[in-house]
Amino acid sequence: MFGRLWFDAIPHDPIALSAVIGGAVGGLAVLAYLTYFKKWGWLWREWLTSLDPKKIGIMYIIVAVIMLLRAGVEAGLMRLQQAVFAASDMSPIHADHFQQLFSAHGTIMIFFVAMGLVFGLINLLVPLMIGARDVAFPLLNSISFWLFAAGFALINVSMALGEFSTAGWLAYPPLSTLEYSPGVGVDYWIWSLQISGIGTLLSGVNFLVTIFMMRRKGMTLMKMPIFVWTVLASMLLVIFAFPILTATLGMLSLDRTIGTHFFTSDLGGNPMMYVNLIWAWGHPEVYILILPAFGIFSEVVATFSRKRLFGYTSMVYAIMAIAVLSFTVWLHHFFTMGAGANVNAFFGIMTMIISIPTGVKVFNWLFTMFRGRISFKTPMLWFMGFVVTFTIGGVTGVLMAVPGIDYQVHNSLFLVAHFHNMIIGGVLFGLFAGLAYWWPKFTGFYLHEGLGKAAFWCWLFGFLLAFMPLYILGFMGAVRRLDSYDPSMGWQGLFIVAGVGVLVIALGLFFQFLQIAYSIWKRKELAAGPDPWNGRTLEWATSTPIPEYNFATLDAVKEKDAFWDMKQSFRKSSTDYQAITLPKNRADGIYIAVASGIIGFAIVWHIWWAAAVALVALIALIIIATMKEDTEYTVSAKEVAAIEAELQGVKT
Amino acid sequence: MIGIRSMAGRHKKFLTPLRIVLGSILLLGVVSVGLWLLLHDKNIAVLNPQGVIAAQQKDLIIFTVLLSIVVVVPVFTILGVVAWKYREGNTKASYRPDEEGNTWLELTWWGIPIIIIGILGVVTWVSTHQLDPYKPIASDVKPLKVQVVALQWKWLFVYPDLGLATVNELRMPVGTPVSFDLTADAPMSAFWIPSLGSQVYAMNGMSSKLSLRADNPGTFHGSNTNINGEGYSDMTFNAIAMPRQDFEAWSAAIVRETDSEGNHMDWERYETLAEPSRKNKVGYYHLHDERLYNKIMEKYMSGHASSGTSDTSHAGGSH
Repeated sequence: MFGRLWFDAIPHDPIALSAVIGGAVGGLAVLAYLTYFKKWGWLWREWLTSLDPKKIGIMYIIVAVIMLLRAGVEAGLMRLQQAVFAASDMSPIHADHFQQLFSAHGTIMIFFVAMGLVFGLINLLVPLMIGARDVAFPLLNSISFWLFAAGFALINVSMALGEFSTAGWLAYPPLSTLEYSPGVGVDYWIWSLQISGIGTLLSGVNFLVTIFMMRRKGMTLMKMPIFVWTVLASMLLVIFAFPILTATLGMLSLDRTIGTHFFTSDLGGNPMMYVNLIWAWGHPEVYILILPAFGIFSEVVATFSRKRLFGYTSMVYAIMAIAVLSFTVWLHHFFTMGAGANVNAFFGIMTMIISIPTGVKVFNWLFTMFRGRISFKTPMLWFMGFVVTFTIGGVTGVLMAVPGIDYQVHNSLFLVAHFHNMIIGGVLFGLFAGLAYWWPKFTGFYLHEGLGKAAFWCWLFGFLLAFMPLYILGFMGAVRRLDSYDPSMGWQGLFIVAGVGVLVIALGLFFQFLQIAYSIWKRKELAAGPDPWNGRTLEWATSTPIPEYNFATLDAVKEKDAFWDMKQSFRKSSTDYQAITLPKNRADGIYIAVASGIIGFAIVWHIWWAAAVALVALIALIIIATMKEDTEYTVSAKEVAAIEAELQGVKT
Repeated sequence: MIGIRSMAGRHKKFLTPLRIVLGSILLLGVVSVGLWLLLHDKNIAVLNPQGVIAAQQKDLIIFTVLLSIVVVVPVFTILGVVAWKYREGNTKASYRPDEEGNTWLELTWWGIPIIIIGILGVVTWVSTHQLDPYKPIASDVKPLKVQVVALQWKWLFVYPDLGLATVNELRMPVGTPVSFDLTADAPMSAFWIPSLGSQVYAMNGMSSKLSLRADNPGTFHGSNTNINGEGYSDMTFNAIAMPRQDFEAWSAAIVRETDSEGNHMDWERYETLAEPSRKNKVGYYHLHDERLYNKIMEKYMSGHASSGTSDTSHAGGSH
């Protein structure tokens, strides 16, 4: 009846158990609050069923922040183990638990934190920046978010019921095959990624079509803000790369559930094929994350230098070159698998070639600052910190692109330091810059500068403390994912420094939460107008709070930096209001995601009847969702005029 | 907004170029002292090579870092200078808000990296062939053949020409190239001795190759670098390079002792050893099955791994 699910699935480990209890108490507190204050209707109408990309974007960010806390605690536990307990037998964390920690940490940080924040900002900004009122497929967008949320639910359920994978964030076979990982952990990994990955693919299609089809009149491709260009490139990568992930996870799942032999080490299966496929997705994935961060920095540098972006055209070429090249380098993740020298040298050189357009972007940013008037607000500090960390990461990346060097540092902590350099110092700093930069547009008030700067300095120095020692440890022969090591290796001092770095990062995170809480409390004093930074792109052209339809009128765009151009030539938005059609709220995304989540959960636990029922329900729900009529409502010209009058009043 | 402005004002007074430089020097000093305290008595294996391959790799690392500095120094310098000179408060600096770009400048920073990567590309091509783990090390001395098997969770080293097998300890003569064949009877693992250089994956049913040579005697740390299950962290071993005569005396003694004690490595003994186990002690065995390594691989070539172990004699050496 319940497959392999029974009461023994509840964890016995004290740390896991306390995490589950903590999560459950937090969840119940939220439910109690919603019930007591009768907020369920409000939540359902205003948020959960909303098709407004601005609200969907904020929901993405909330999920990502919750996951950042979980994966951050996991990082802390790992460093605690390595700094304090790795040389002793007293550890409260067993090898098996440690391996779940790093597998979950990597999976969550990439799929649910970085991707969540990236898609959050894309949802918030792309329609506004291209001067559109919505995305191309609003319902599909909601479905994408809810599939992401279903993956989020599944990966968190794994803490309370069963276990998570111990096979690392990419679950290489044969370790992830049934032979070596018979438990439910790898299945949780597969299905949480499979479900959220399909959501990502649908989002990729949605935003690519949005950018191609819904730009404001006059905004040619070469007049788009650079952030939109990076999203375009990133979504192209999603469309080409995510099907590979879906297929690879599908094959691994078939190996594990019906006994096929795609990736097993016997009966003709080939684990090396999995490694190739997962990185054929995995390397573009890195660029799916970093390109939008590049886009954010491009907007931030231009705005806070009060200057046009230097070398717009070469920036666009650099972005597209990176996007294309990102598909030609996957083998550099496994130079040590024994491919011939010609193959390794080819992939090494292709990898170095990517650093050329990346370097070009850095110089273009620096020369945007040149002859500018630079205001060092928090977003600009994140940019400056990024240039430092990203350059260090770039050098270590080029080092590892040389196969002869990679043979010596692969899978050591040198590698771990390198990719955290790119993902924290590159992606995360970019996303933080973006959150600080666009915060006032979506809330109507600034984030407190002092606390933001404190957070930045903690993150920067915490990052350096936490990861620079790892480069040295790698050179000392320390490999990744160690839950114990011989004290005579002399690694403990550096691990302690790295652990202190994690604490400093945690302090930075604390300042960020404090900053948000304090700024909400002092929102009257920190009130910001619709264009608080003297912005350049269209999102600053509309009022704050932003009306659901984004723009009351759709005046043609004439130049790059469309809003700057409007301000320079003293053109105001027209007031020739017309009726606007908007999508009604839809709950279909929630139902579809619930059905998908049940399918995943049922397959994890081998509850076949439930999987079959949920699959039938899912197909029915999709058919029903597509057949609905009356999905839109109209705001009349008169109502638009009334809303605009009110918003203009608010502005002062 | 008022609060924000006043903070910016305070920053201006606090930060002067002199203070920034002094602060940087102080920071550099603290970091240097800290690093010295942490590292002065430690072995940074990759930078302290004990074999020919690791030595070449160290040179390659230094060359690449120096080449990268050609880009890094301008980036950091421009960042610092530009950020200081064009700060909002400095109204004397020129301001060109509508500057769109500059073809010559942009050509420069497309061009210089292309040249650098061009140089590095040539170096990469040559060094990748030179350091190919599969390439035998040119030497007058006949290489020592060692077969490496990654198990759950220990290393088995088979010396087919010496009739000897060891667990979790690898001995080799100084100055003699060692030609490793690597396989696994475990999830994908990787074999690495940082003091000697290059690591290579060991995989079920396949044999990969690696050539190393120790040029100095010593005991070096070796480990697995690829997660392969619960006992992954235990897969460390000592790689001991000893003078040739000592090595020969040692191997002869081990063969004698293990034979008289009945410590034979045959298929039966192997199957017991291959059972998952953690924190295995060092073990020495007399090799009683010359086809042991091939049989381990063949487990995965004929039918199911779990059932194909006892009847591999027919499988032949087709690989």
